[in-house]
Amino acid sequence: MSTTSQVSAVLAQGGDIPAPHIEYGQIAPLLLVLGVAVVGVLVEAFVGRNARYYAQVPLAFLGLAGAFGWTVALAWRDNPHHVAAEGALGVDGPTLFIQGTILVLALVSLLLIAERAGGHFAAQASALPGSEAEQRTAEAGITQTEVFPLMMFAVGGMIMFPAANDLLTMFVALEVMSLPLYLLCGLARRRRLLSQEAAVKYFLLGAFSSAFFLYGTALLYGYAGSVRLSDISAQIGRDAGSETLLLAGVALLSVGLLFKLGGVPFHMWKPDVYQGAPTPITALMASGTVVAAFGGILRVYYVAFETLRWDWRPVLWGVAILTMVAGSLIAITQTDIKRLLAYSSIAHAGFLLLGVIASSPHGLSSSLFYLLAYGFTSVGAFAVITMVRDAGGEAGHLSRWAGLGKRSPVVAGVFAFFLLAFAGIPLTSGFTGKFAVFKAAVEEGATPLVIIAVISSAIAAFFYVRVIVVMFFSEPDADGPVVVAGPATAVAVALGVAATVVLGVIPQPVLDLAGQATTHMFVR
Amino acid sequence: MSDFPWLSVLIGLPLAGALLLIAIPRERETLVKQFALGVSVAVAALTGVMAAGFDAGGPRFQFEEKYWWIKEFGVHWALGVDGVALTLILLSVILVPLVMLASWGEADRSGGTDVPAKRSVKTYFALLLSLEAAMIGVFAATDVFLFYVFFEAMLIPVYFIIGSYGGAQRSYAAVKFLLYSLFGGLLMLVAVIWLYPLSAKSVDAGGLGRGTFMFDELSKMNIDPTTAKWLFLGFFIAFAIKAPMVPVHTWLPDAAQQSPAGALVLIVGVLDKVGTYGMLRFCLELFPGAAKWATPVVLGFAVLSIIYGAVLAIGQVDMKRLIAYTSISHFGFIVLGIFAMTSQAQSGAALYMVNHGFSTGALFLIVGFLIVRRRSARISDFGGVQKAAPVLAGTFLIAGLSGLSLPGLSPFVSEFLVVVGTFSRYRWAAVASIIAIVLAAIYILWMYQRTMGGPKVPAVEGMKDLSAREKWAIAPIIAIIVAMGFFPQPVLHVINPSVGHTLARVDQRDPAPAITGNVAENGARP
Repeated sequence: MSTTSQVSAVLAQGGDIPAPHIEYGQIAPLLLVLGVAVVGVLVEAFVGRNARYYAQVPLAFLGLAGAFGWTVALAWRDNPHHVAAEGALGVDGPTLFIQGTILVLALVSLLLIAERAGGHFAAQASALPGSEAEQRTAEAGITQTEVFPLMMFAVGGMIMFPAANDLLTMFVALEVMSLPLYLLCGLARRRRLLSQEAAVKYFLLGAFSSAFFLYGTALLYGYAGSVRLSDISAQIGRDAGSETLLLAGVALLSVGLLFKLGGVPFHMWKPDVYQGAPTPITALMASGTVVAAFGGILRVYYVAFETLRWDWRPVLWGVAILTMVAGSLIAITQTDIKRLLAYSSIAHAGFLLLGVIASSPHGLSSSLFYLLAYGFTSVGAFAVITMVRDAGGEAGHLSRWAGLGKRSPVVAGVFAFFLLAFAGIPLTSGFTGKFAVFKAAVEEGATPLVIIAVISSAIAAFFYVRVIVVMFFSEPDADGPVVVAGPATAVAVALGVAATVVLGVIPQPVLDLAGQATTHMFVR
Repeated sequence: MSDFPWLSVLIGLPLAGALLLIAIPRERETLVKQFALGVSVAVAALTGVMAAGFDAGGPRFQFEEKYWWIKEFGVHWALGVDGVALTLILLSVILVPLVMLASWGEADRSGGTDVPAKRSVKTYFALLLSLEAAMIGVFAATDVFLFYVFFEAMLIPVYFIIGSYGGAQRSYAAVKFLLYSLFGGLLMLVAVIWLYPLSAKSVDAGGLGRGTFMFDELSKMNIDPTTAKWLFLGFFIAFAIKAPMVPVHTWLPDAAQQSPAGALVLIVGVLDKVGTYGMLRFCLELFPGAAKWATPVVLGFAVLSIIYGAVLAIGQVDMKRLIAYTSISHFGFIVLGIFAMTSQAQSGAALYMVNHGFSTGALFLIVGFLIVRRRSARISDFGGVQKAAPVLAGTFLIAGLSGLSLPGLSPFVSEFLVVVGTFSRYRWAAVASIIAIVLAAIYILWMYQRTMGGPKVPAVEGMKDLSAREKWAIAPIIAIIVAMGFFPQPVLHVINPSVGHTLARVDQRDPAPAITGNVAENGARP
């Protein structure tokens, strides 16, 4: 069972190591995405500079679409509920739903990343800001294409993270997901110093959180003698071993996980990184990374620590309250649109934690629905932000958005719609998601938490409404920003609107899907 | 009764109209207005046909429809009307076309004292139509979740109407309105969500055995008293903000002052009725025990609203603010009638909702006419209008007198019923509220005297009297006010059975309070 006994068994056989049994069909989506990423690196190496863009974009699209198709087929055909790859990865309903969500959101984000109108990425990342080298690459008209393999690696990590059935695999997934993102954050074409600062900040804090995660893993291994989630759960059930190791391990692991999600007080990186990163990457992080991180949290808490619920619940209550209230309150004072959405994302992470705290099938299925709904709205909102341009790039400051409703009513109307969805107004997906999560929490007796969540929603509504006021009820500046709508971005926005409307007005099919996905919960 | 989905059509028609309106080119403003007016007249006509088929002696909810909407949450698209809901829907659909007619030029000119840049006429009328759809929906919903959805959905068009077409402080007023309403709405949301697990409890535990939001099923539950009190508060605070009652009324005067006068008719005349309607329908019938527990406090706040609103109205210098404060006073009467829990008082309150809609609607429409002429709603900017525009002044006088409940005009009947019904059980409240009737004479007559009477101020010189369009807009309301002043019986006939249902539910576990008579014995009941 334990690694030491395996090792001794192997030694006894005289070094005849059995080949691991890998169910390639079950984990094909993951392999496909990572494979495409590797091919993307080769394209960078061997394809001519001018052709790279035309090779990378279809490759990435096909890779993501293929992986998504395979995931759907997997869920459709045999609704699997087992572990694959020697128990390293779980293949079950909730995981497939989360992976499908991540892949869809990554596809929409890819539309933004691939948008050529305006160009979001520095042509050459190594060129110092303001240097001659930068000037030269800009004049040569070079397009950044390394973002595509980097993004594919990140997406690979994202779909591996919620599937990881042991803590070491989860750690590997965490790093595969995070390292490319650190790089991508520093690649903004404009305001490069801000972007690079964001990347460094994200990297340093991310490294810290990884250390926490790893330390927690080590302590839990010390407690259970295994890093497998089901073994840890079984050991807790036996009530044997040192409780100190267990609780310390759970605490440290939670720090690592909550950092990725952006729960207060581990949220400090989020506003800076969301602001500094190129907006298409922010869109990817606000949708894909949040979904992946939350998927990981769901699996860890529902599988490994389920029996320990009475110990972690009070702590998560505290974190959820802090996250909701602080996220909503601090957002009020923000004047940069991306920072504002970053704090909004923090507040939403708090609402999502209600689904974990419920720890019931309804809690799980409602969280899955919320993730999908929130992800689409987020990508849509960031897509709109990429479209509103000033002379110096995106018009980030809120005051620059004054009177956008008169200048370009459609874009402002769409953005207002996304904001209302974030605020949870009925007939948008945001309301359905919130309702589902709150209902699950009330069913499990967390009514005080729901009341706090509702009050935070009211506070949050204030700053969403404030943006609408700026856009619609103030007079436009003479030299206000212009709207640059590239075709790919327009498609991304349209998809965001469509998903937000459909999930708000006729949510039943997707709710059914989430319900079916969670009938057997996570595999152990 | 046919199987025709009357209510769904009534909700869908204005919504479809609003969407079609967007397709009309922006420049063709007259076509936009004519089309919107046509849609709203069609809705009113259709409602009239439906109402003619309403059987006052029949089952409580009629024209019922019920389809699954979100099965996962136990939510139905369930519609149906009882007498109270029907009269309020009639109020809405009659007011909307009149408002459109009256504010023909309002969208481009704005209701405020300043003249901001030209606004989109198309958007204004599209917002009015979508508001109409939400208003019909909110009164027709028999599923609590669906009610909540319409309740919140109503806010969005109003928010944009005040924010885009209002006066100088419009964005402040719009945000204040939205935040107050959202806050109340979210408290109600908690209570709505809470109802679901309660209904899912087994029958023995007081639940229904399965989760549902259907009103008629939820009202059969036995909720344990502590929980019921919390749920009652969740609903009641939301409705008190909407109605609005002192001390959560402060959004209304600001919204009133900044909003264009036409939309204001709908905001105060119909939208705020959702608050009192919700109290009557949801607070009382879903949580009868808790409602009785809260009655003394609610009555206290109602009396406070009645007097406070009236006193503050006297001191206002802006006519729209003044009428808003009078409405706070009148809403106090309605709440008083609802919570007095006698059949007279509740029938009076239900009738008051309709009468107040027409009476206040008329006042706001005429103030809107004055604003168009003078570009101001300040009382001091007027004087001697009756010499320049006698018809305008005459209609203003009738509307004003209805506001102070002059016998012969419709609000008198309802106010009388409320006070008499309240007196039979809560003598102190009835006596205290009488003060407001005196105050009403002061604020209305003084306003009339300062604006319409006296010598003509120079700015009023040459003021045009009502145009034919304006006369058409105001005449039906005046006719209704007078007609219902003399013949309230047809409306009471429709309202009484539903009020009877509500009272039966409230007194179910508290038998034998004499509803009429026995005044002295019941006077001190808590």
